[in-house]
Amino acid sequence: MLEIKNLHVQLEEEDKQILKGVNLTVEAGKVHAIMGPNGSGKSTLSYVLSGKDGYEVTEGSATLEGEDILEMEPEERAAAGVFLAFQYPVEIPGVGNMTFLRTAVNAQRKARGEEEMSASEFLKVVRAKAKDLKIDADMLKRPVNVGFSGGEKKRNEILQMAMLEPKMCILDETDSGLDVDAMKLVAEGVNALRDEGRGFLVITHYQRLLDHIQPDVVHIMADGRIVKTGGPELALEVENNGYADILAEAV
Amino acid sequence: MALPQIKQDATDARLAALEMPQGGWSKAARDEALARVRSMGLPNGRDEYWKYTRPDTLVQPDAPKAALLESDEAPIFGEVDRLKVVFVDGVFSAEESDDLVMEHVSIDRLADASDIHWAKDVYGVLEAHGQVPVQRPLASLNTAFATDGVLIHVSGKAPKPISLIYRHASETSDAILHHVVKIDSGAELTLLENGPAAARFNKCLEVEIADGGVFHHIRAQGRDHERRAATAIFTRLGEESVFKSFTLTANGVLTRNECVIELTGDNAVAHVAGACVGDGDFHHDDTVFITHDALNCESRQVFKKVLRNGATGVFQGKILVKEGAQKTDGYQISQSLLLDEDSQFLAKPELEIYADDVACSHGSTSGAIDEDGLFYLRSRGIEEGPATDLLTIAFLAEAVMEIEDESLQEEINSRVEAWLTRRRG
Ligand SMILES: Nc1ncnc2c1ncn2[C@@H]1O[C@H](COP(=O)(O)OP(=O)(O)O)[C@@H](O)[C@H]1O
Ligand SMILES: [Mg+2]
Repeated sequence: MLEIKNLHVQLEEEDKQILKGVNLTVEAGKVHAIMGPNGSGKSTLSYVLSGKDGYEVTEGSATLEGEDILEMEPEERAAAGVFLAFQYPVEIPGVGNMTFLRTAVNAQRKARGEEEMSASEFLKVVRAKAKDLKIDADMLKRPVNVGFSGGEKKRNEILQMAMLEPKMCILDETDSGLDVDAMKLVAEGVNALRDEGRGFLVITHYQRLLDHIQPDVVHIMADGRIVKTGGPELALEVENNGYADILAEAV
Repeated sequence: MALPQIKQDATDARLAALEMPQGGWSKAARDEALARVRSMGLPNGRDEYWKYTRPDTLVQPDAPKAALLESDEAPIFGEVDRLKVVFVDGVFSAEESDDLVMEHVSIDRLADASDIHWAKDVYGVLEAHGQVPVQRPLASLNTAFATDGVLIHVSGKAPKPISLIYRHASETSDAILHHVVKIDSGAELTLLENGPAAARFNKCLEVEIADGGVFHHIRAQGRDHERRAATAIFTRLGEESVFKSFTLTANGVLTRNECVIELTGDNAVAHVAGACVGDGDFHHDDTVFITHDALNCESRQVFKKVLRNGATGVFQGKILVKEGAQKTDGYQISQSLLLDEDSQFLAKPELEIYADDVACSHGSTSGAIDEDGLFYLRSRGIEEGPATDLLTIAFLAEAVMEIEDESLQEEINSRVEAWLTRRRG
């Protein structure tokens, strides 16, 4: 599904290398987790995959189902199936959450040459999915993320993911700032989308989330590289012993 | 005191090109207004409130030519059940207008100059009153020389809006219209205005609102690119009365919209808002003066400007709280969204407060599209153009939401959206 090869990334503004040769393949139907200390480059990887400005790829490649995504505009990547649940969802005053969701769903459909969703069908679908995530009518009406609590913002990200049904879901610390109940809701939202044709890359600091979303593969990222890859037990090891041992071993 | 020679000459030249209409009941007001023009002189770039906006083309004897817009867009407010009053190049068109008859409302033409009329108590009176402390000579010129307009007296709740429709038909038309609205105690009216009016348009609207009266005003200034307009609203509010005015401006080479509001009765509410979008030669100026002279009144000024390709936006807004106007709640915001580096926004917010128990706030900002917001929208599959449009409409929202009627809010938004889409090509 997603294939990242020897990806080197530096900042456009300053001569600072952040990703130093990331290799990673997420197969369809699998959940991969990335853990790693703060500043190791996890968010940078998620931004580069979704097309944010300010980063320069100096070496390597990233493809989705064989297609080079690094050359695409952010909206083209979205239409191709890339979705990033932001670590810090952006507030957009003045744009209603519903308007935003409908515009996004129909823009992607249009880009893929599909028919737009009718207003009534959209309403039906969005209400059902919002209910699962305990997102009330008021949150749907309010401007995107404005005045939302940390947990509401993260649930809103998952709602977008559920509406857009992407092929490759990247979740950047969706668990941070969530209490146990909210984390369960988010995990349920993710698990409901687990599917043969869909890949997940779940970035997290903690084992907690991975109790609810069972990963198939766990990677440890440090200083811009994947330094260790293993099964779910690797996450437990981090939880119990921290990163120190793993990092020492990797060097 | 004698006027500076340059000002004297410019004023003489303009006055020489004008002829005062047969006044009837308005004759005295017109003569007094002419005397005000002669003593103040017409504005030039040295005047304090004309530093950011050059008045030359508004003052010169002949209107600069303005091409007519060709567009197949249906005029705004077409869906609204309303009483239409049509002016073509500033001349009332009886064929295109509805009968000027409505329950609780009397409507007369200024041009039908009888000898006695209720409007005598308002015409030129609010304008004259609004000349202190800041002079507005173009409005006095209007009072003296206005050729037509409507005189609306509202004695109850008007069953539907009155809609003033201005058509621009000649490339050199120079229109001067003066409207008077008098809202009786407890009466209500919504006034709509749309269209470009003329190559050059000088318009004055005086609104007297008695205790408990309600006046809503929504206007969309015409999209003709080369048109010029200097408009002024003068309003005086009685106790517990409400005045709400919203203006959408798209295009036009020069627009100066003045609004002079005096809150004279306790618990009155006045909101004035504007959203404008323009590019290139577009120059748009909002100049507002609000005087609080009663207890517990609320005023809001919300002005948003979207500027690109070298467009200029100006905002001059003042809140004056007089001694004794306690519990005043005054809010003022002026913001511009600069879609490129060639555009500019000049703002002059002012507060002058002589009462101690008041809450007044003002803010002015100027900025580009929020990059993080733009990326967020694009990452969800919305293309850069539509995403920018969405953020632009969102930027204008605070002003547009000042319109109480939600279907009119939507109509304004769809006009802005159409404008943005056309501009993107
Ligand atoms: N736009 C940026 N400007 C400056 N430094 C950046 C920027 N983006 C990332 N970095 C730096 O790159 C490193 C990796 O950051 P990030 O990808 O956010 O790590 P993580 O998500 O793993 O905590 C950090 O040292 C961070 O300070
Ligand atoms: Mg991060």
